[in-house]
Amino acid sequence: MTVTPIKPWRATKRDILTQLIVIFLSLVAAYLIVANTGFEGRLPLVAFFGVFSICALALISGLQRGKEAAKDSFLAGAAYVGVFALLLPVVSILWTVVSRGTAAIYSGFFTTDMSQDPFSSPLTDGGIKHALIGTLWLITIALIISVPLGILTALYLTETKGPGSGLIRFLVQAMSGIPSIVAGLFIYSALISGTGRGFSGFMGALALSILMIPTVARTAEEVLKLVPPDLREAGLALGATQWKTVALVVLPAAKSGLVTAVILGVARIAGETAPLLFTTGGADATNLNPMDDNMGTIPFYIWKALIDGSPEAASRAWAGIFILMLAVLALFGTARYLSRSRTVR
Amino acid sequence: MSDDMLGKKEENGMNATTAADTTNSIASGADQPHSSGLGAVAAASAAKRTRTEQPFGSGLEARNVHAWFGKYHAISDMSLDFPTGTVTALIGPSGCGKSTFLRTLNRMHEFIPGAAMAGEVLLHGKDIYAPGTDVTKIRLKIGMVFQKPNPFPSMTIGENVLAGIKLAQLKVSDKKELLEECLERAGLWNEVKDRLDQPGGSLSGGQQQRLCIARSLAVRPEVLLMDEPCSALDPGSTLKIEETIAELAKTMTVIIVTHNMQQAARVSDYTAFLLSDGGPGQLIEFAPTREIFTRPKDKRTENYVTGRFG
Repeated sequence: MTVTPIKPWRATKRDILTQLIVIFLSLVAAYLIVANTGFEGRLPLVAFFGVFSICALALISGLQRGKEAAKDSFLAGAAYVGVFALLLPVVSILWTVVSRGTAAIYSGFFTTDMSQDPFSSPLTDGGIKHALIGTLWLITIALIISVPLGILTALYLTETKGPGSGLIRFLVQAMSGIPSIVAGLFIYSALISGTGRGFSGFMGALALSILMIPTVARTAEEVLKLVPPDLREAGLALGATQWKTVALVVLPAAKSGLVTAVILGVARIAGETAPLLFTTGGADATNLNPMDDNMGTIPFYIWKALIDGSPEAASRAWAGIFILMLAVLALFGTARYLSRSRTVR
Repeated sequence: MSDDMLGKKEENGMNATTAADTTNSIASGADQPHSSGLGAVAAASAAKRTRTEQPFGSGLEARNVHAWFGKYHAISDMSLDFPTGTVTALIGPSGCGKSTFLRTLNRMHEFIPGAAMAGEVLLHGKDIYAPGTDVTKIRLKIGMVFQKPNPFPSMTIGENVLAGIKLAQLKVSDKKELLEECLERAGLWNEVKDRLDQPGGSLSGGQQQRLCIARSLAVRPEVLLMDEPCSALDPGSTLKIEETIAELAKTMTVIIVTHNMQQAARVSDYTAFLLSDGGPGQLIEFAPTREIFTRPKDKRTENYVTGRFG
């Protein structure tokens, strides 16, 4: 005799039908309200629909199974509405960027720069090569500076627990609140103005590092705190020095979290425009040397295209946003791929 | 051999399922402690352990050891000898300082912020707390197994066993042989020999704990400290680890903290009873295990081993 597996805990067809009817009635009610009162547009419709359907579903559960079930249903519904409210702008932004960002992209977009063409020139001329190179240079240099410093700071706070840990933790938190333009001004006044040095990609990377280090350090600290203390003790009990324990046990155990810390750091800086204005200077021509001379970046390209005002320039700005988004996405994907964990935990 | 194992399994089962009954029966028969069940267990296991060698040398000695956490005086004036080739069990109610004492023996105590200690711990006559001592060398010689199995999550089973070699930067001529030997001694080889490249976390709790024992063995310690190694394990795994302890004691000194008096009676040659009467934990009695469970000299020991408190 064979037994067919069933799932008795699943909602019955009648339950699902009731819920669908309730949701449909909520939609109708929301539509009637929007159509017959001062509310206008899609947003009030969605808001009314959300509130009505949650309340109606909670009411049904309450009538069927009592007060506690009603509360349960209400909170579950609220969670759905919350997720929807969060996804709505994200999807809307993505959709806008993709639909408008592709217009300016053509075969030569990645192989030419804007040194020969103004931003208002036809979309078949010029490209983003200079800005892409500049942004990649800046992110690379900022990574090289910030990742070791940020993770070492986190290790000082969680492993060494040396003197002044509390103060350092406070300062790192304060640093993460610095407005980005202040970081740019700091580099400008400390290292560029009056020193004879000019703008360069490296200066921009330094300004970005000021923003990135606290993000990496704070996230890495949280991640390292989650590594169970027994693992450290086990390492030390095997006759390892603290450095060996950290390098071979603690850091590998926190690997995927540390990659997240780095990703968050890159996300913090990838779109920064303000600090780059006084540090890289911005450029329309390709500059391969980050140590000398003005350098263009994607955020600068977007900014410059936006203030130009012509419809062609606006399309270029959208294309810049699209490329920046793809570049950051590619970085995240690579980081995630490299940090795949073997553990089954 | 198989009869022997069966017998031990019986004891284990009883321990898990009818612990309360056992305690009651012991308590009611407390007028004649000679007839207590645990005494019989201790006697039987002592008889079974036909040691070829007598305890030799002075493995590890604690001299007037005190320990503090900040202002809190955790253990006071503990002096104990752990001869090479013996198993010593530390028993006592929660909070009496068993684990703290164990951690002073391989200098793990000092990792707790605010920790302090006094006294001497001698390994082969040399104080491990003497200035200029290389702490990492001490911990190589005095290994430790923790209460919760803690294999390194980023390493495979094989890498876990050999982790100590990498961590302490030791030179080993044949890693494969060492790997097999350690897993064999920890009683895990047959279960994992075909899956050495799987993560350590993929094993069951009992297997993970034996993996941790194998990991401790790979750096060839002379003393193994075990802090309630079976408290998170099922009776079957407990039995396996107890067999492992008996095997290890042929070549090294084992000191085990346990809340399970049955276990103390089964595995140990000597038992130390610790107690805290509100103040710091103190050594109440230290004697061959059989005597602790049959003829305890101190009334408090008798009360504890017969289950009247703790």
